Amino acid sequence: MILLLLKRIGFMLFTMVVVSIILFLLLETGLTGDPATRVLGNFASDQQKEMWRDQHGYNQPTMVRYAKWLGNFATGNLGTSIRYKGPVKEVLLPRLWNTAILGFWTFAIMIPLSLILGVLSGMKEGSILDRTISVTGILTTSVPEFASAVFFSALFVFGLKWLPGTSSMAGGFEFQQLILPAMVLVVYDFGYVARMTRASMAEVMTSQYIRSAVLKGLPYRQVIIKHALRNALIAPFTVIMLQINWLLSGVIVVEFFFAYKGFGALLLEASLNNDIALLEACAMVAVVVAVSSQTIADIGYTFLNPRIRFS
Amino acid sequence: MTTQSKTQMPSVGVGAAILRVIKSFGLLRESWVGMIGVFLVLFWVIVAIFAPLIAQFDPNAAIQPFAKPGVVAASGSTFWLGTDHLGRDILSRIVWGSRTVLLYAPLATLSAYTVGILMGLMAGYRGGLVDDILSRISDIILSFPVLVLYIIVIATIGASGMNIVIAITFASSPGIMRIVRGLVLDLRNRDYVAAAQTRGESDWRIMLFEILPNARGPLIVDACLRLGYVIITIGVLGFLGLGLPPPDPDWGGMVNETRQMAMVFPHMTLFPCIAISSLILGFNLLADGLREISLRD
Repeated sequence: MILLLLKRIGFMLFTMVVVSIILFLLLETGLTGDPATRVLGNFASDQQKEMWRDQHGYNQPTMVRYAKWLGNFATGNLGTSIRYKGPVKEVLLPRLWNTAILGFWTFAIMIPLSLILGVLSGMKEGSILDRTISVTGILTTSVPEFASAVFFSALFVFGLKWLPGTSSMAGGFEFQQLILPAMVLVVYDFGYVARMTRASMAEVMTSQYIRSAVLKGLPYRQVIIKHALRNALIAPFTVIMLQINWLLSGVIVVEFFFAYKGFGALLLEASLNNDIALLEACAMVAVVVAVSSQTIADIGYTFLNPRIRFS
Repeated sequence: MTTQSKTQMPSVGVGAAILRVIKSFGLLRESWVGMIGVFLVLFWVIVAIFAPLIAQFDPNAAIQPFAKPGVVAASGSTFWLGTDHLGRDILSRIVWGSRTVLLYAPLATLSAYTVGILMGLMAGYRGGLVDDILSRISDIILSFPVLVLYIIVIATIGASGMNIVIAITFASSPGIMRIVRGLVLDLRNRDYVAAAQTRGESDWRIMLFEILPNARGPLIVDACLRLGYVIITIGVLGFLGLGLPPPDPDWGGMVNETRQMAMVFPHMTLFPCIAISSLILGFNLLADGLREISLRD
């Protein structure tokens, strides 16, 4: 058990290091174009570029630079943003907080919704309710986030005039502005989680121990709640944890669309403006969050599943 | 004689496999969900093929800005879906845009599948160190949030059709590899594989002609789903301004260019969104229908 834990954490650290090497090679070396040109633009003279390289230590050997770069990252020195003319850390932290709020509400709505729908359709596979839920799931998963954002805006903002169309929170935090972004994310993702829950539930429902519970005359409600759900909800736990990875992609589109001042919009802005230090920091944060949530999912799964826990 | 039979064998195998695939699509008639999917996909394929005949206007020509749907142009043709802020006919742009999507999405999927299948076959059949290395690489790539990966790759190699194909191949072949690997692990201990090994067939021959055709079922379903995802990706990249360079029509890009005016001119954004959603829905329903049929046998 402890060995497994250490293995998982070891792999997590290994992944982060490899990812940092990939990021460094892509953004900081000449592999995909000169970084000096990327920062200074196409019209900078060779002399200017040389000066810039010298100033920012680009003329040192690649290995040395990588070690320094990683060291800076590990000690929390994320560099300066060109666009915001300030330390990346100060730009990044409030944005991360905003995205955390959005993510929290998205999950707070999506998890109960998709679990209930998944369990309901998995209870009786092939029933009309099951078919309706799964076709609805396919339908909502087929609409890309930007398209559902357009549809919802057309309906709730321009049509019914219930909700504000942008979520920049310019006049302080307003819960109303959070509704549309969260709704778009929930609608896109709940179908997938519901489908996974359904598969898990359906598998449990065909197992021998449920059959014997039904046959010995237990009330159906008790069979579902006490016997089936315990096993059926182990797999969705992993699926939900993995949705954090997906959410990091989803927030980019949604925050860009609704002008929400979050982390996803910042990452996109950094990439469109060639703000390399900011882009690196955002990408590293995204990967760290993604990899840690995967590790937690794996470890949590072993804890929840007695068959693995006691072996 | 022996050389002849050797050269004929694969062609017969491939022919039969294709025939079986067509037959399984024929079975789709039994699933109404699958039939709707086929209809939606075929609709857009036909639109893409006959784009020059359907589109009344040049998709990049600025004719009459801010026309509402149904306005008649000076030339006598109607802007059925209106025009955008630059005066380009939206219907023509959607029609020509279907070509872009239906060119790059299958191309990217095919390329990802080629890489993913080769990696999966190697990892599953050879096992050992090859498997370890390939699996670790794919674990690492899959641990990236997808869109973050796309943004970084596109930001560094630039936005163009070919680069989108490269980025999608890079990001989705590990997922395909995992599926193929799992299927191969199941299939490689079958009798017909052992028979081929005793016949002295080469590893690649066994992988490509004995194992792969038998793994096709789940792969076809996954390919349909993945085509849907790839279309979403291309649309999202276009929407984020990282897609194909303007002015050629691209559904995601159309939404990006006009979304600031959506309040006054909702038609500019609504129609491209309906177009892309219906095509993705088509592939997803098709995948669902195919899965239902494959479970039935």
